[in-house]
Amino acid sequence: MIRIANLVKRFGDNTVLDGIDLEIEQGEIIVVIGPSGTGKSTLLRCINFLERPDAGRLVIGDLDVDVTRASRADILAARRRTAFVFQNYALFAHKTALENIAEGLIVVNRWSKAKAHARAREILQRIGLADRADAYPASLSGGQQQRVGIGRAMAAQAEVILFDEPTSSLDPEWVEEVLALMKQLARERQTMLVVTHEMSFARDVADRVVFMEGGRIVEQGPPSQLFNAPRDPRTQDFLRKILGGQPSAAVS
Amino acid sequence: MRILDFDYMLGLVPILLRYLPLTLQMAAAGMALALVLSCGLAVIRVLRIPGLNAATMLFISFFRGTPLLVQLFLFYYGLPQVLAFLTQINGITATIMGLTLHFSAYMAESIRAAIVGVDRSQTEAALSIGMTNSQLMRRIVLPQATRVAVPTLMNYFIDMIKATSLAFTLGVTELMGATQKEAAGSFLYFEAFITVAVMYWIIVELLAWFQRWLEGRLNRAYRR
Ligand SMILES: Nc1ncnc2c1ncn2[C@@H]1O[C@H](COP(=O)(O)OP(=O)(O)OP(=O)(O)O)[C@@H](O)[C@H]1O
Ligand SMILES: [Mg+2]
Repeated sequence: MIRIANLVKRFGDNTVLDGIDLEIEQGEIIVVIGPSGTGKSTLLRCINFLERPDAGRLVIGDLDVDVTRASRADILAARRRTAFVFQNYALFAHKTALENIAEGLIVVNRWSKAKAHARAREILQRIGLADRADAYPASLSGGQQQRVGIGRAMAAQAEVILFDEPTSSLDPEWVEEVLALMKQLARERQTMLVVTHEMSFARDVADRVVFMEGGRIVEQGPPSQLFNAPRDPRTQDFLRKILGGQPSAAVS
Repeated sequence: MRILDFDYMLGLVPILLRYLPLTLQMAAAGMALALVLSCGLAVIRVLRIPGLNAATMLFISFFRGTPLLVQLFLFYYGLPQVLAFLTQINGITATIMGLTLHFSAYMAESIRAAIVGVDRSQTEAALSIGMTNSQLMRRIVLPQATRVAVPTLMNYFIDMIKATSLAFTLGVTELMGATQKEAAGSFLYFEAFITVAVMYWIIVELLAWFQRWLEGRLNRAYRR
């Protein structure tokens, strides 16, 4: 289980996260939506300590830290309990698909190379890239690279996988295969926190949709409720803009 | 206009070859030390370690901003006058020291550029899976930076081999010093210096060939 309490993040005097409270059950799939510049990426990055939050409490599995007092060991522990999928894949360019997936197991979990590679091969199988094990990122398509990025996150066996707009940099032709893999993970009840503009993914896959604006959670609920009957005028406004008129189109 | 004395030139080659090892040894020692020093300086610059960063910038500025020959004279003739324990410094040591400091200033900047050139998102990816800073450096950043830096560092090594010829001004009988002595004995200056020029040229071409081969290999590695 993940619990985020009163998370605050400022850049200078710009308060980007203004007291975020969020609980995520084991196996839950949460999609975060909201306008650009609202702090969605920053929220994920704070959970992973890629940004240092200014205040708040973070509970990830058996780890419980007050972020203002987080030690180096706490930060490593938080990172080892979470995994991140980046918008631009961020694969290690000098490592093959197989090595990208095995790297964390070898370096962070201190598995033997043989054991890590065996696990990485299983994961390659699951992400449908068994035949590309020895390919370097530069020779993979965008969709394949992002699937390796997801494979790398899967290998970490994290409490939660954080996805920051995983399909936004992809050419349209590759979006489906990445979403299909994410749906497969969702069926396996992998806990996920997903920032995306793919409203159909939110509608079909999410257990809960969270709408953020101005560094706060404005409204959250199951997709049927949030898309069909948004309560807050800001949510209604956002959905009207993004879905081009009628909010119900998202669920039809 | 006279005909070149080819027999003299051919006879000179084996004599000069005896001094080639010293030339190569000075370059190799200078390069090895400069690699260590420049990596240290580059890391200080990348991490912007307070205090040391400013000192490093001053060091780099001085050693890039003054001629190598001036630096060599400073170490060999100048320093022993102010630092008593250096009275014993010999020409070879002073040359290696000068080459090390001079070239490490240039190399530090190339290495720094190669390190900061590694895609920042890969750094974040490595941290996100729980790597420590030193694991990140060792496993992700340095291997990629090395590939970028190696061709440039090879260029510096080639420059350094040529720069060892300045050691003769400190009384070291290396390739250039030996040529100078032979020429002074035979008065065949043109023959002597064209011979040594061709010898340097061949060494540099061999290294340039190796460098191209290495670059080809390094570039191929990312495409499979
Ligand atoms: N490193 C940083 N330094 C300063 N300001 C930042 C930094 N990162 C983000 N911000 C600011 O924080 C705010 C929130 O950014 P964030 O990237 O979290 O938004 P987002 O909701 O993910 O937007 P998008 O949908 O465009 O990705 C923005 O105003 C942004 O300019
Ligand atoms: Mg974002």
